[in-house]
Amino acid sequence: MSKCSVGLLALSSFFLSTAAIAQEKIKVGVTATLEGTYTVLGEDGMRGHQTALNVLGKKVGDKELEFIVASTDATPDSAVRAVRKLIEQDKVQILLSPLSGDEGIAVKNFAKTHPELTFINAASGAQETTYVDPAPNFFRYNMDGAQWQVGLGKYAFEEKKYRKIATVGEDYSFIYTQVFGLVLEFCGAGGQVTNRQWVPLGTKDFASVIAALPDDVDAIYLGLGGADAVNFLNQYQQAGGKAHLMGGSIMIDQTILSSKGNAKNALVGTIAASGQADTWEDPGWQKFVKAYQDAFPPNKRFPSPSLLATNYYDSTMALILALRQVNGDLSNNQAKYKEALAKIEIDAPNGKIKLDSNRQAIGTNFVTEVVDDGKGALFSKVVKVIPNVNQTLGYDPAVFSKIGLPSRTVPECKKY
Amino acid sequence: MSRFVERHPAWALISIIAIAVGLWLVFAVWPPGLEEAIGRKRVFLNAVFNGITLGGLYFLVASGFTLIFGLMRNVNLAHGSLYLFGGYVGYAISTATGSWLLSFIVAFILTALVGVLLQLIVFRRMEGQDLRQTMVTIGLSIVFADLMLWACGGDFYQIQTPNWLIGPIELPLVTAIKSSGEPVYLRYPLVRLVIFAASVVIGVAMWLALNRTRAGMIIRAGVDDRDILAATGVRIQLVFVAVFALGAGLAGIAGVVGGTFQSLSPGEDIRFLLASLVVVIVGGMGSIPGAALGALIIGLAEQLGSVYIPTYAIVVTFLIMVLVLAIRPQGLLARR
Repeated sequence: MSKCSVGLLALSSFFLSTAAIAQEKIKVGVTATLEGTYTVLGEDGMRGHQTALNVLGKKVGDKELEFIVASTDATPDSAVRAVRKLIEQDKVQILLSPLSGDEGIAVKNFAKTHPELTFINAASGAQETTYVDPAPNFFRYNMDGAQWQVGLGKYAFEEKKYRKIATVGEDYSFIYTQVFGLVLEFCGAGGQVTNRQWVPLGTKDFASVIAALPDDVDAIYLGLGGADAVNFLNQYQQAGGKAHLMGGSIMIDQTILSSKGNAKNALVGTIAASGQADTWEDPGWQKFVKAYQDAFPPNKRFPSPSLLATNYYDSTMALILALRQVNGDLSNNQAKYKEALAKIEIDAPNGKIKLDSNRQAIGTNFVTEVVDDGKGALFSKVVKVIPNVNQTLGYDPAVFSKIGLPSRTVPECKKY
Repeated sequence: MSRFVERHPAWALISIIAIAVGLWLVFAVWPPGLEEAIGRKRVFLNAVFNGITLGGLYFLVASGFTLIFGLMRNVNLAHGSLYLFGGYVGYAISTATGSWLLSFIVAFILTALVGVLLQLIVFRRMEGQDLRQTMVTIGLSIVFADLMLWACGGDFYQIQTPNWLIGPIELPLVTAIKSSGEPVYLRYPLVRLVIFAASVVIGVAMWLALNRTRAGMIIRAGVDDRDILAATGVRIQLVFVAVFALGAGLAGIAGVVGGTFQSLSPGEDIRFLLASLVVVIVGGMGSIPGAALGALIIGLAEQLGSVYIPTYAIVVTFLIMVLVLAIRPQGLLARR
């Protein structure tokens, strides 16, 4: 009997002590695509996240941030499963999630079932996530896929004199959004998009897709990412492809530009647009690149951070800075914290970022061109910097809403 | 053949017509009306060739799978891991030595060794317990996947195609006639043709070994009845180990092939496991000609599907599997 009560006492004091420790910590759940086609993107996202922690530290007042990482595979159900696990099992209070487009839409919808918690988007870029029926507790500090294409259509039409293009893209929301941004601007300038091909995420064999590419176009736009992009380029080289290329934001990115093998050389000279440019001279950007390079040994990172690293860096930065503004106060269903997040303007390495009324980022976009640095490494070089890009891409919101939501066939190729 | 015609005259007629139409589509210059209806001939021919070469790769993976199943009744769900392992080994060897051919040999030997260890350490202990073996192989595939992720990271690896195989060649198939009357020939990646030829050679060699040698006779006898074979004095355990090594080695070779014309990354193991499952279900579990036919059908369905009905391409493969399961559940070429 006495033995039993001693045991109980010990047990209860153990629980009490863990509860006491838990009070001083703020738990944050992070998801990244550490499996499947987008593994490399998830890994570099986590590097960006780690870089932000190195720069900013984990302390908020007298509390310490604790990060718990869960893995997803770019499918919406994997993201919801990971987020649910983080909330129910690990009891996180804030989420930094997710990475990929379809995941973003699913997590946004899931966020509505937990209005007391705060969701900060890590890197996903589908338009629908914050444009259609946004969740009041979901904040996105990166631009969406369409914003990331601003400037590309005009540059292709006016400077490169492309008149007819065809697109090949992965068949999911983020790439729909990217093609949406491209088509609006390119067709608005007077260009023609003759053919849009969609391939399932995770396609390995592109040979038939490559054979079906039209010959009578000035350039082919590639909206692919991760393993798909590498496979496409490899098989494109084997098939002897020679067309001019244009790239989406995760196609012309260090995740692809520093992949092994020589298939990526087909990309030299390719024009693209994204929320960052590898060789931007801005001191803030250069400082971030340096911090990223110093944080990891050269064989464990890319020569320069990818778009995902930058996005994870920015969203981690917003998460910590806003939390410091309210001194770690998460009482009253995190009301003060959410208010701070909505108002905060961060001086991110890739330009200033603030949120609109849907809690969607307004930021800076870059038109780039791929160059070889002379030693075989490829980088995206800045061609044009476009500040203050908002979600309606400068269109009047009423006009913008008439275009429709990004999909396989929307928008039509015409001037809106 | 003649018996088939006598017994099923209608089916025979339909298949002869289908073959004739297929040959005409490949060799004839398409009239403009047809090009308008279903697209350019170049696209069609490319899709057909891609389907056949992809089928070659699927055959390499699935033949080992089906061989192991046929003899040992062991559904080895870690087969995809062997594929990926072979690919990584091939990548390491080809970057270290620069020799593409050497990477095949080393990948074959090392994956075969892994297969031998699996058979000796794991499967021998649970012989005849199908469900337990299946569960163990699922567990092993997860462990292997994590070990490989740990060792190689999530990066994409591509095995360098040797210089003499890079680029397309012209095939003597006319895809169109220019307005000047000059014929346009089909250009096709050389590396895929070589890989297809190699898988045909391997397939034929396997068929010959199974049907014309003493060792093949023992394996075939084992497929029919293990117990009687063991009772005749054959050292059945040795046969099991040898077959497992061969099946695993083939998966390793397929890994090198896959790493050359596609890429290697985590997740590929599951994809190829699924592909070989579908292939052997369509072709018939345990049958080598079945694996060949199944691989061809699935490869063609994937590629033609991705060109002509891109939205539903993924469904086509599984639709075929469902149809086969509904009409001929034992598989197209299964014996029983």
